Amino acid sequence: MKWDDLFAILPLVVISTWAVVLVLVDIVIPRDRKGITAALAALGLIFALYFTLPQYNRHLVAFNGMVIVDGFSAFLNTLFLASGLLAIALAYGFLKRNNIDRSEYYTLMLFSISGMMLMGIAADLIIIFLALELLSIPLYVLAGFARPRLDSEEAALKYFILGAFSGGFVVYGVALVYGATGSTAIVEIIQAVVAGKAAMVLLTIGAALIMVGFGFKVAAVPFHMWTPDVYQGSPSPVTSFMAVGAKAAGFAALLRIFVSAFPYLSVSLVPILWLISALTMILGNIVAIAQNNIKRMLAYSSIAHAGYILMAVVTFGKGSAAIDAVSAALFYLLAYALTNFGAWSVVIALEKSEGRGLLLQDYAGLGKKYPAWAAAMTVFMLSFTGVPPTLGFLGKFYLFRSVLEGGFIGLAIIAVLTSLVSAYYYLRVVVIMYMQDGEPVVEGDIWLKVAAGATAVLVVVLSLFATPLLQWAAQATLQSGL
Amino acid sequence: MLPEYYYLTLSAILFSMGAMGVLIRRNAIIIFMSVELMLNAANLAFVSFARMHATINGQIFVFFVMAVAAAEVAVGLALIVAIFETKQSIDIDQMNSMKG
Amino acid sequence: MSEYLPIVVLLILSAFVAGAAIALGHLFGPHHPTERKSLPYESGMTPFGPGARRMPVRFYLIAVLFILFDIETVFFLPWAVVFRKLGLFGLIEMLIFVMVLVVGFLYAWEKGALEWE
Repeated sequence: MKWDDLFAILPLVVISTWAVVLVLVDIVIPRDRKGITAALAALGLIFALYFTLPQYNRHLVAFNGMVIVDGFSAFLNTLFLASGLLAIALAYGFLKRNNIDRSEYYTLMLFSISGMMLMGIAADLIIIFLALELLSIPLYVLAGFARPRLDSEEAALKYFILGAFSGGFVVYGVALVYGATGSTAIVEIIQAVVAGKAAMVLLTIGAALIMVGFGFKVAAVPFHMWTPDVYQGSPSPVTSFMAVGAKAAGFAALLRIFVSAFPYLSVSLVPILWLISALTMILGNIVAIAQNNIKRMLAYSSIAHAGYILMAVVTFGKGSAAIDAVSAALFYLLAYALTNFGAWSVVIALEKSEGRGLLLQDYAGLGKKYPAWAAAMTVFMLSFTGVPPTLGFLGKFYLFRSVLEGGFIGLAIIAVLTSLVSAYYYLRVVVIMYMQDGEPVVEGDIWLKVAAGATAVLVVVLSLFATPLLQWAAQATLQSGL
Repeated sequence: MLPEYYYLTLSAILFSMGAMGVLIRRNAIIIFMSVELMLNAANLAFVSFARMHATINGQIFVFFVMAVAAAEVAVGLALIVAIFETKQSIDIDQMNSMKG
Repeated sequence: MSEYLPIVVLLILSAFVAGAAIALGHLFGPHHPTERKSLPYESGMTPFGPGARRMPVRFYLIAVLFILFDIETVFFLPWAVVFRKLGLFGLIEMLIFVMVLVVGFLYAWEKGALEWE
């Protein structure tokens, strides 16, 4: 082991050590003072963020090629740590109000984030599998965090079964790739393919199985069936964290594996990925129209956004277009993360115990009674739709442009058309808030207000400084690991 | 000595049985056992490929997969027990408290 | 493959003998079933209650904890085999591993998972 190895995993070491120590420290914190645990968890995330920043502009292969630090990993790890901070802000008041303020929320979340960060720096399929399980297993528990509420427990069991099922696909796919090339390191896989030593049929089947496994994780059609129930049943802060973190980690793995290891499989896999991406955009957006429950609507909306980001994966065999698509996907993930956390913070502010206050009708009159909350929600809905001047618009713009660059005109047309469809159900929320009368009750604590305000401001202001932001994302390219 | 091909066929059969089990069976525990079957099919494939390539990596991966499987068992069993206490049933066809 | 032939022959032969014994008994033996005779243990205790009874949920908790702390052997055994070659580095790595397990153990202890009553 060299010092470079340690530098590569330092943020990960910080966050996982912090989580383990927090488990112990929490034992001595009195039951009614669990705010201390939340603050300590946030402090750990900030520390890890501090150690992540020096990793920008570095390119480092560590632990004999198992781990790689590049712009891609640094960007994603920053995103995961920031998501953790937002998820704590969203959860603190919510857990208290619903009498589930157990401190395990914060420790489990730190463990899950360490899995996501491992996914960001993983350069070996077996590390990717370990990271997948490390991020998923705490999320299964978090989904059932509101027990003994039945819908939360059901969400946990469904998420667990589908998650374990998809994990089985991933690990079998890894086994087949290992059989085809004799290695699981991404560099050695591509070397074996270039040298003509790989069994291509076996490799293709393995890659397809990995694709199916991660298709479940990012909720792509036809592997999306679990999403609405799990998103509805889980406690809202957990759902928001799941929708951003698990999805971003799934895409991190897909982009890393397909762009770096499997570009030579594009002939056989691109048609399938193309179809999955198109179906995901179409189904997600159309079914979302029929939803009355805001949590289910956001669940289908997250399926639709997975379809958009999948377009970036479709370009994986196109050389320079794929590089552009990766940075566009990262930019889109950033926009999606901020918008998503913002929208969920409004949902949490209106949610009452026993899962009431979640229907679209409960948002009637928000514009009159709570103009600030309504304005924030409007910003998030516009950003989801992709209307300027919001980050969501720029995310869609860059992503669609890179897809066109890759030559997938049909896919880009489907994306634009489904975006138009999505305007219907996103703007319906705005219409209900401002045009209909009602008596909404908002219970937002200070941290929820901070989270909603900060994300709303960032979604608008960052869109005015889009060029440096995109340059930042463009530097976050995948390095080959050679 | 049997050629590795035989073990790989067995592993593919086990994996298919596991995947079919998850899709067909309705009892959460049995679904869960099917998932474990899938993981162990992958283990068998890893070990066979490791012998085929005469490298040791594949055998080491099996340790990790086993550890992950154990962690999944712990969480999965706990979830199933929790839902049984609330609902007195672990039939996943009856998991329909949410409708859209 | 030929070295496996005796085993195959043995398998077929034993299946045939066992099958024949059951089939002949069915064909030629007398059949007078009574309620007592068709009990699971004909001459044993009278069974009471349904066969599949519920176990206290604590057994599950014990099983879960057992699995978690049992699987560490998977890592201990190969480590012990090459312990001398790994030297100090291996020792420190394993100490970190054990520390993490101890934290988990303390957590389970504090939450009362180890108490039977």
